[in-house]
Amino acid sequence: MSDIAIRVENLGKAYKIAHNAGGSRYKTLQEDVIGLLKRPFSRERQSTSEIFWALKDISFEVKQGEVLGIIGRNGAGKSTLLKILSRITRPTTGYAEMHGRIGSLLEVGTGFHPELTGRENIYLSGAVLGMTRRDIDRRFDEIVAFADIEKFLDTPAKRYSSGMYMRLAFAVAAHLEPEILVVDEVLAVGDAEFQKKSLGKMGEVAKSGRTVLFVSHNMGAVLSLCTSALVLDKGTTAFIGKVDNGISLYLKNMQTMQTRNYHKIVTKDRPIEVTNVALLEEDIPETNIGGYVCEIDYFINQQSIGAAIAIKITDQYGAPVLTSIDTDTDLSRFTKQRGSFRTKCRIPQNILSPGLYDVSVSVSDMKSERFEYLDRVVQFDVQLDKRIKNVLPNREGVILLPQQWDTEVILSSV
Amino acid sequence: MSFRINCGSVALMKRDSIHYNACCHAHDKDSEISSQMAQRVVEPDTSQQTRLIRIEPARGWAALDLGELWVFRDLLMILAMRDVKLRYKQTALGVIWVILQPLVAALIFALIFGRFANLPSAGVPYLLFVYAGILPWNLFAGALQRAGNSLVSDSKLISKVYFPRMTIPIASSAAVLVDFIVALAVMAGLLVIYQHPVTPNILALPFFLLLALLISVGVSLFLSALNVYYRDFMYALPFLIQVWMYASPVVYSADLIPGPLQPFYAINPMVGVIDGFRWSLLGLGAFPVVSVTISVVSGLILFFAGAAVFQRVERNFADVI
Repeated sequence: MSDIAIRVENLGKAYKIAHNAGGSRYKTLQEDVIGLLKRPFSRERQSTSEIFWALKDISFEVKQGEVLGIIGRNGAGKSTLLKILSRITRPTTGYAEMHGRIGSLLEVGTGFHPELTGRENIYLSGAVLGMTRRDIDRRFDEIVAFADIEKFLDTPAKRYSSGMYMRLAFAVAAHLEPEILVVDEVLAVGDAEFQKKSLGKMGEVAKSGRTVLFVSHNMGAVLSLCTSALVLDKGTTAFIGKVDNGISLYLKNMQTMQTRNYHKIVTKDRPIEVTNVALLEEDIPETNIGGYVCEIDYFINQQSIGAAIAIKITDQYGAPVLTSIDTDTDLSRFTKQRGSFRTKCRIPQNILSPGLYDVSVSVSDMKSERFEYLDRVVQFDVQLDKRIKNVLPNREGVILLPQQWDTEVILSSV
Repeated sequence: MSFRINCGSVALMKRDSIHYNACCHAHDKDSEISSQMAQRVVEPDTSQQTRLIRIEPARGWAALDLGELWVFRDLLMILAMRDVKLRYKQTALGVIWVILQPLVAALIFALIFGRFANLPSAGVPYLLFVYAGILPWNLFAGALQRAGNSLVSDSKLISKVYFPRMTIPIASSAAVLVDFIVALAVMAGLLVIYQHPVTPNILALPFFLLLALLISVGVSLFLSALNVYYRDFMYALPFLIQVWMYASPVVYSADLIPGPLQPFYAINPMVGVIDGFRWSLLGLGAFPVVSVTISVVSGLILFFAGAAVFQRVERNFADVI
């Protein structure tokens, strides 16, 4: 009994979605007062609201030292579950019991402030993540060494390169020593080397007997780190058990439920907003194979803004395949004027090997600010086609091209 | 490696479902592996005596959890230090502002209310009299201003990590103490310049400072929590502070209030604080018993009410902010 680290029983989380106010989540006092005056006797003041269950009836147990991967599509409830288990938000129904100190890592750089120095940020971020000043004192040198930033300890973090920033942020988080560690997708950031380093550190943590909950879209990482998997689907448990079974179920589910469309109403609370992402099938006559065009609609709320729109294609294991930015071919596209626009990008699916791919869309000023990041909003699959005649489905590699093979005779026995 | 994957999954089962596999038993024969396993389990088990955290839906009003605030005292300190550092980091004149602002305000008030309107000041130079009132008032107003928006500006923290939410507005309020200490040094300078005698009354100053902090934190908790839900509170705040200032004896003497009304006037807890500050800094005659007593009571009520409201609404911060 005592070796249970986490017990979750009938956990559920409901959100009320209001259909009135213009898209903003917080209200003004005035609106509430006027609402009250209009309908003084009605208890329900929201014009229409709908209950949405982000999580429903989730029950599971995690043993001490177990590494549980939580997988599922976007919106399956993974983040909500992590938020409840890391005590950021409360559940609506059910309960969870956690035996031991919880450390949660829902993003890299929680608590970091660009104006403060590296040293100050180590203390700030460490304290926010639940370390005491003494804990941090004790691990300070280790953290600095791991992040490899000795020379820049007293430089404000805003002067750091993004790689340094990321390394330092992860270093602080990696030196937390809670009994239960909750990690969300932090490995999705940074360059390959950083990802490798952080994956290695995660593996270390996993092997040290700590209980870990790990959310990721990177199936490779889940497979190598986790001992078991919980697959969520639309807020409910689709599967719980061995990690390899979980992953294959998830991949199968993904195939049957591709999303080709993303749509959002303009809220005007950001300078630039992506309102629509769609993958359209397109026939390319000369090759006789279907292709995809990614169509991105965006809306600019300012007179003029400097922003680049990028798409990233990742394979079914979450590994990036290609990144393309609209300024790649024409730098003048960076400055964008007020208005509503549609931009198209052809996806080179005829060089990809068969499988399922995700497209993420990001809008940023390429320096400091990211206006929008739509992680894996649309998907497409590449079927085995007639490009190459004799290919079996499980060919390794993301690129599949008919290469030219030349054979010449050096010595023939005939 | 492979046994680890198999054994781990045994733990993971739905309560009402069957074990996925029973490979652990098979492996038990192998002494080497089971001792390895024991090692893995024992280590966290020792630390497991820590505590059980139960996460469940929140209902009703919760008691003030000071114990948890104590656990996070380092965070409180570090957040307060952050606020102070950020405040002074990119200012050209830094500490000069903190000296200049109350001093100039006191000079203007002394000129208008002391010289032109000729209001009484208990026999003390009007500048000293006003400054002794501005001192606690700025602490209070500064705390409100900084704490009011603190939760919203730290919304990223709130939606990404758990810690007692109260630490944010409390740290913001506490950061104003640095300004207070600078302003207090100016007060000392003024006392020297005016050659005003310092009496043993000064020993009571920490008590009034504590009372001022209690009230500041109470009101700050209330305002910062409401600001998460109703962003127009930030626009109302300067107005509220201004009205509250004229409802407190900052620029005038509380003696101007007619006697029978005095107890009601002191329901505003800042009345007792300011009276107390003047009494202890300037060594005025009689201790303001009535106003201080009433203000201590109303200050405590304000603090606990603010904390209660905060705790009542904080559980939804992450969903709303």
